[in-house]
Amino acid sequence: MSKYDVVIGLEVHVQVRTDSKMFCSCPNRFGQEPNTMVCPVCMGLPGVMPYPNREAVRKTVMAGLMCGCEIAKFSKFDRKSYFYPDMPKNYQISQYDLPLCGKGKLHVCGKGFSGAELPDKSIGITRIHLEEDVGKLNHFAGYSGIDFNRAGVPLMEIVSEPDMSSADEAYAYLTSLKQIMQYADISDCDMEKGQMRCDVNISLKLAGAKEFGTKVEIKNLNSFRSAHRSIEHEIIRQAEVLDAGGKITQETRGWTDDRGETYLLRSKESAHDYRYFPEPDLLPMTFSDEDIAKIKSQLPELPEQKRERFVATLGLTPYDAQVLTLDKTLSDYFDEGAKLAKSPKMLANWIITELLRELNDRNIPFENNPVPVSHLVELVELVSGGTITGKSAKEVFSELFAGGKTPKQIVSEKGLVQISDDSAIEKFVITAIEQNPTQVKQYKEGKTAVMQFFVGQVMKQSKGKANPQIVNKLLREKLDQC
Amino acid sequence: MSISVENLTIHESASLLADKKISSVELCKAYVDRARKLEPKIKAFLKLNEEEIFSQAKASDERRVSGKSLSPYDGVPVAIKDNITVKGQSCTCASKILEGLNSPYDATVIKKLKEKGFVLYGRTNMDEFAMGSSCENSSFQKTANPWDTNCVPGGSSGGSAASVAAGEVTAALGSDTGGSIRQPASLCGVVGFKPTYGRISRYGLIAFASSLDQIGPITRDVEDAAILTDAMYGRDSMDATSLPSTNESFAEGLGSLKDLKGVRIGLPKECFEVEGLDAGVRKIMDKSIQVFKDLGAEMVQVSLPHSKYAVATYYVIATAEASANLARFDGIRYGKRVKTDGLLETYLETRGAGFGDEVKRRIILGTFVLSSGYYDAYYTKGQKVRTLIRKDFQEAYRKCDVVLTPVSPTTAFKFNEKSDPLQMYLADIFTISTNLAGICGISVPADVHENGLPVGIQLVGPDMGEKQLLRISHIFERNRPRKEFIPGI
Repeated sequence: MSKYDVVIGLEVHVQVRTDSKMFCSCPNRFGQEPNTMVCPVCMGLPGVMPYPNREAVRKTVMAGLMCGCEIAKFSKFDRKSYFYPDMPKNYQISQYDLPLCGKGKLHVCGKGFSGAELPDKSIGITRIHLEEDVGKLNHFAGYSGIDFNRAGVPLMEIVSEPDMSSADEAYAYLTSLKQIMQYADISDCDMEKGQMRCDVNISLKLAGAKEFGTKVEIKNLNSFRSAHRSIEHEIIRQAEVLDAGGKITQETRGWTDDRGETYLLRSKESAHDYRYFPEPDLLPMTFSDEDIAKIKSQLPELPEQKRERFVATLGLTPYDAQVLTLDKTLSDYFDEGAKLAKSPKMLANWIITELLRELNDRNIPFENNPVPVSHLVELVELVSGGTITGKSAKEVFSELFAGGKTPKQIVSEKGLVQISDDSAIEKFVITAIEQNPTQVKQYKEGKTAVMQFFVGQVMKQSKGKANPQIVNKLLREKLDQC
Repeated sequence: MSISVENLTIHESASLLADKKISSVELCKAYVDRARKLEPKIKAFLKLNEEEIFSQAKASDERRVSGKSLSPYDGVPVAIKDNITVKGQSCTCASKILEGLNSPYDATVIKKLKEKGFVLYGRTNMDEFAMGSSCENSSFQKTANPWDTNCVPGGSSGGSAASVAAGEVTAALGSDTGGSIRQPASLCGVVGFKPTYGRISRYGLIAFASSLDQIGPITRDVEDAAILTDAMYGRDSMDATSLPSTNESFAEGLGSLKDLKGVRIGLPKECFEVEGLDAGVRKIMDKSIQVFKDLGAEMVQVSLPHSKYAVATYYVIATAEASANLARFDGIRYGKRVKTDGLLETYLETRGAGFGDEVKRRIILGTFVLSSGYYDAYYTKGQKVRTLIRKDFQEAYRKCDVVLTPVSPTTAFKFNEKSDPLQMYLADIFTISTNLAGICGISVPADVHENGLPVGIQLVGPDMGEKQLLRISHIFERNRPRKEFIPGI
């Protein structure tokens, strides 16, 4: 048992996927030329006013409902003031004391980043609020530039309770959160594009102690991996300080990926006073029970519910269900195929062992998967129905990646239909025996392992099309007669 | 043809234009000529670009000739306070920090005025960022009162009020956060109207205090105020706080009241107990009350018990909002930038050089009242008092249709007379409650003081009560103690 308990809470920022920005009609689009997705409003020019994006509000409420949050009947925006060049108005429109979503919880399970199996656990959600993203600073030699394309993009902040006790749990929480956002079409959560960012609050206390230790915040972690690594690093750093009789000071730290270290950004003394006050340019938002019920009725199946269904009604193992629900597109793919397949379990095996491996080898992201699920189902049926052998199936499968043809077309073009005719196979068996007297002798001497050698010979002659059961049966008969 | 324009109203100009007795170019030319003569003394305009004015006037005349006038007022000039954006024009808020910036977009009110064919006529001086009651806080020039050039025109819309009073333009737009339309209107002998909060879109009005700001007209008479309000009010998708359009015309049927029988005018007893209420102003109030009585109105006493906290409340809420609203002026993206080595230094030097003393004072005040540890004592409490002030008015409107008060405790004062900021803040004591309550108020000239300066009365109506308020104002205007308000300039 370790000397310290680790207490972790996460603040996760997720960009909401909408057509336009939070408070103006500029497109919410990534990867454009700097300062091309801007207007007087998101540039904070003199005289402009914000106009709220209803879709962003709806999606935030949806995120709250997906996390079992209480939805506020009355909510408002506030101004958060601080000076920084990436913020056009030098205040950010955010939400302070009346966020759109209150308390909720998120179920996490499965494996952590280290691969360790985690116990099922509920992580409390403190709140989810909606705000506007800021611009991006680009530093050049001797000067800096500001790109305001991102300024005003709707951004959710999801604050968790300090319910996590390891880097693996934090990783699993982030994974679950990302899943939910993708499932409900709230965000793509592409971390490379900055659509999901994470701050970690972490403290250590003596094992079993009631009171929390002093917490340290690690800011701006832009991958799950760096979140995991920074937590592991910070646990060691804090433990070393405490072991040496030192005290942890409340502070904000940054993370350098290349050095694998956290470093001091600012101490508590230099913390900002954000001077929050209600945004006078926007009216408060009110939601009736009917409004909330309407959004509730549009909720998609949760990943957790999907996993349970896959196990209970489709006969998958919990592990298979976990793998197939990791990604929304993947789970939709399987779900669609399961409706067509006689054996969803076999389809699952094919997706996990063949399709995902092949995509991975070819470095193709799942959304670009070229194999229609109907083709994969057809292939599985060809195998299970005995039309082709497992070996031929693999050949067909790699053909499927080329696209266009159905498995049946490929099978007939390549003449891969399985040979189950005894007399045809008997000819291959006799040839194999006649051509290999040495191995026959070995067999007779009791070295039954050479059986595999004969199977291989027959398969080679039949170009892999001979029915393996019949091959085995006939070989045994003939060899025993020798 | 040479015409005398100094007393022309929008509706009179519209008749002259319709009857082809005058063209828009002639009208504007007469105003520009007069402005060129008077401006060295009055200094109402920060910018008066003849080329821009005449190209609009010419286009208007062409429309009229081809029968394609955009409205009866097509071709009538309106001056714009320098805190309302016009595409391609400067908009400095009379502040050095915005020098050199041209706005890339039209304010919603400007868009609407253009749609009616009004000629945008110059940009008027103001207290920097609308913070002040005398126009002395302008970073560029001090505007004089046309009735006495040793006196201030009031503020913050002092340039707009002075330009209309001096007959340099037919009408003007102002903005009113605590009395900035009504007080200068009273001090210059013109009409100043602040509609209900949200009636007119604020999009394109450079914000001072967002929950209090309201654009409104400054005009020669009540009818013109109604005409401009008609042209500008209504829901705007760019302003989330704008009120739904009510599809009513304030100008239509404006003169329909023959008398004020059945109308109840509320007199808040607190207003007449205010320390520093000038005896002459008080006398004009009494004469005005007599006018209402003679018209058959019932005078009822009402009470606004929390109005004594209005000035203090205002300087908490307005400065808090201003401290955030003015944060964007940092020299990073536009406007003046003082070049230094570091980011913090750039902020400090730019804002230090760009803002005037009163603006700095209010930013500091607003930053303080929002600071951690002080927020509840100031901002939260201020909001609570604001609610009580609003309730006072709701209570009063159970007993009366409109409330009558002075606009300003004194007539126009001399330059530098109120060097103590607190003394200056008290100049708005009668007008501030209206903004805090979010209701509508109008300043209508009533008489001329013994000292030769004009004095207006203020009528305050309930939420969305513009129609009745303007009708009552209109009948008062026809029966007021003095008919004509023409400065001796």
